[in-house]
Amino acid sequence: MQDEFNLLDMAEVPLHEWPVEQTLDNCIKCNICVTACPVAAVTDKFPGPKYEAPQAGRFRHDMQPTPDASVDYCSGCRVCNEVCPTGVRIAEINARARRQITKDSGIPLRNRLLGRNELLGKIGSYVPRLANFGLQNPLSRSMADMMFGIAKEAPLPTWSTKGTFWDWFKRTRAQRLKSEKKVVYFNGCATMYYEPFIGQAAVAVFEHNGYEVIVPPQKCCGLPMLSNGEFDAASEYHQYNVDHLHDYAAKGYDIIGTSTSCTLTLKEEAPELLHLTDERSHKLSYATWDIFEWLRERHEAGELKTDFRPLNMVLPYHAPCQYRAHRVGKPALDLLELIPGLDVRESTARCCGIAGTYGYKSEKYQIAMDVGAELFDFVKTQGSQVEMTACDSETCRWQLEHGTDLPSRHPIEYLAAAYGLYDLERRALLNE
Amino acid sequence: MQSIQTEVLVIGGGATGTGVMRDLAMRGFKTILVEKRDLSHGTTGRYHGLLHSGGRYAVKDPDAARECIEENLILRRIAPHCIEDTGGFFVVTPWDDPAFGDTFMKGCQETGIPCEEISIAQMLKEEPLLNKEMARCFRVPDGSADSFLTSECNVASAKAYGGQMLNYHEVKRLIKEGDKVVGAVCYDLVNDRDVTIHADLVVNASGAWAGKIAGSIGIDVHIIPGKGTMVAIAHRVLNTVVNRCKMPSDGDIIVPVHTVAIIGTTDVKVEDPDQFAIQPWEVQLMLDEGEKLVPGTKQMRMLRAWAGVRPLYQETSVADTRDVTRAYTLLDHSARDGVDNFITITGGKWTTFRQMAEVVVDRVCEKLNTKRECRTHLEAIPDIQHEPRTAEGYYWLGSRLARTEKNKAYGELACECELVTRAEVEEAITKHEAKTFDDIRRDTRLGMGPCQGGFCSYRATGILHTVRQPSIEETNVALRDFLQERWKGLLPILWGPQLKQERLDELMYLHVMNVDHMPGETASRLGPQMYDKGTVETRPQSAKT
Repeated sequence: MQDEFNLLDMAEVPLHEWPVEQTLDNCIKCNICVTACPVAAVTDKFPGPKYEAPQAGRFRHDMQPTPDASVDYCSGCRVCNEVCPTGVRIAEINARARRQITKDSGIPLRNRLLGRNELLGKIGSYVPRLANFGLQNPLSRSMADMMFGIAKEAPLPTWSTKGTFWDWFKRTRAQRLKSEKKVVYFNGCATMYYEPFIGQAAVAVFEHNGYEVIVPPQKCCGLPMLSNGEFDAASEYHQYNVDHLHDYAAKGYDIIGTSTSCTLTLKEEAPELLHLTDERSHKLSYATWDIFEWLRERHEAGELKTDFRPLNMVLPYHAPCQYRAHRVGKPALDLLELIPGLDVRESTARCCGIAGTYGYKSEKYQIAMDVGAELFDFVKTQGSQVEMTACDSETCRWQLEHGTDLPSRHPIEYLAAAYGLYDLERRALLNE
Repeated sequence: MQSIQTEVLVIGGGATGTGVMRDLAMRGFKTILVEKRDLSHGTTGRYHGLLHSGGRYAVKDPDAARECIEENLILRRIAPHCIEDTGGFFVVTPWDDPAFGDTFMKGCQETGIPCEEISIAQMLKEEPLLNKEMARCFRVPDGSADSFLTSECNVASAKAYGGQMLNYHEVKRLIKEGDKVVGAVCYDLVNDRDVTIHADLVVNASGAWAGKIAGSIGIDVHIIPGKGTMVAIAHRVLNTVVNRCKMPSDGDIIVPVHTVAIIGTTDVKVEDPDQFAIQPWEVQLMLDEGEKLVPGTKQMRMLRAWAGVRPLYQETSVADTRDVTRAYTLLDHSARDGVDNFITITGGKWTTFRQMAEVVVDRVCEKLNTKRECRTHLEAIPDIQHEPRTAEGYYWLGSRLARTEKNKAYGELACECELVTRAEVEEAITKHEAKTFDDIRRDTRLGMGPCQGGFCSYRATGILHTVRQPSIEETNVALRDFLQERWKGLLPILWGPQLKQERLDELMYLHVMNVDHMPGETASRLGPQMYDKGTVETRPQSAKT
């Protein structure tokens, strides 16, 4: 036989099982990512996703020095992954490249600081008022800008002055619901130290639907470190979470988070970037849910209470990039639309610009604001009756508040409010 | 007819010819080199890019092995910018005889090739994608080479010493007066005219075409054109040259060169170096064998397939081209055929081109009764590129990315896959006198990446038209020639991602640009010679695995 060529040999391996770097071969140069990239649209410092991942990626090798500089301007928002028609894992390839840079030339102190939001959160929470004064006054912010390169205008959070989320959870232990139905809550650092009320709203919603909430020991998901190229430290954090959450996953408990980027990290960012293919990481990954992804499943199964009271307001809602990266649609939007009276306006802006720690960096602050302009303008065009906005991710909310001068809330706060459990103004549970 | 006079005429612009040209020019001979197409258009530009340590021949062909290691060390010294110091592994796979490892080691020791056995753990640490079932691994100083750049640099060096190079000059016939060769009649493809070049001595360095050249004056030089087909994986799956530790055979090597990894090769005797086809079984064999070295190879994106013809020389005929020596041969036709002032140099490897040139020019000196010492092993070949090199002066994979990042040239890229800037394309056209897009490609690597010209061909067309201002018809045909040239290497591997790519490219050129119907000729005489669809070679017994 002359022609022995066998196309069946090219057995299709499912794309999600491909090593990240291997996916660069899928690029057909179509430029769709370049036209969608929010960063490349506003600055020439970033050549765009196609250049950074599938193109520059062919010139990188683990065992050789990387000459990369421009990839540092990738915000990691993952819009490119979302639009790529051939499945190139652009954002992950870029994250790996940034890691390679730090291996070669070290990690700037500023990036180490920004990567350690958990540690900063912990330290600040001992003396929250002092810490808030330190972080919010112009003099110290100017100094931080000059000394570390943390933009003085950037929207840093404020520490909770009423204790951490865990303080509250322990304090109210006696009041917590006991039930056969249990969920595990992954609160994340922001809820822990800055916005414990989001965790309170989540617990209230779970309990209202008959679920007992377990909050096991946990650490930062590691994403800020992964974004800043500190893979080894991130790996330690992730391992801690695997150690402390794996047993619940093995028992079949759902592990649910209110921070979209934390849940995405547990689901796939950490295992993929750190090359973790072990059974335990895999189990945790599959057990992890974003809260609205999980709530929508309950609703579709007819298990979610819909005793909502009306919330009469116009609400611009922005689904964060990290949320869209879950590839689950927009479940928060699906559920907010169930609330009577709530006029939810869906933003189609690509990104708010902040992208985790990106917009905090002095050299990137203006880029982040320029990226966010699309979103800020969207909010403005919704009219003067708009009093607050909604967004699932903490840093995005802070950026949204910074760019619009309007308060922003997590969708779970609106849901808790619609159940009559939560005060949106005070950001506190009604029964406390 | 135009007529030119020179001392020595060199025929062939491959590694050997350009090496001879440089050596001649450095020893003060007035030299002209003619090449029927562009530099490295033939076998030199179509090989896998291996800088031999000699390991491949350590057991089977010790003479060739010795030549390789000697030259390997010299080239690292004089032309590090043309070399990537990848190092090489010889691996014993589950399909190979583990005892051959000892034979191999012994062969290396006897031929002076530095060789050490390393642990499989160490091998996997350096090359994690290699087959984990390997039994043994030996490290040798293989490397990979940029054969285009080397030829260019050799010519640039020769020109600095007064040499002259005429590309697109095809030798129609040698001129023989009495029992002497006194020159050649060439056809100038660009200007469509004949040119006569008179020379005191002619060096036939035309490789696989040496038989054709010598045949023009009735001298029988029996060259066996040994076709080797190669397939390029779209990115660098390996950073080290990996050879099978066994007797050399088909598909037993993967060479990382520039941004790709090349699986090579087959070895099939063909009748005519200009007439051959890439057969489906050859591509399949490369994939099957590649899979043994790097599991998963078959799922990877293949960029392109191509074939070159080895200039194997044997006075007597043999059945299998693998059995022909890889050592080079110098034929002084005065002794052999009674025709004076004519030397043929053939056989050998890219790695040994400098030594071949030295031997040739020594003989030229002898014949022209002069004594001039060779210095090509002492004097570095100048680097004509502007890319960052390693501390030792080698090219490294990140070179071009480093340059692009340093110059912030990402907005200036004409070829995005290979990071070629607009300025480099312009330089290829103006300074290096590129005649076709394919010449620009050999100069800059334009169009050699995964999209295979999809996004750079139209840009290069615009640049060429702006810089040189030819007629619209000329520009159009130049574009068509290049698209054809890229297409011929894509046909054998059109499946999966590369098929998707080609479909997009097709939509762009045939549907949006309507490139088939733009004004001008369909193809020019400078265009590519397509692989012949007519010939069908059966799969030789030796290729069965």
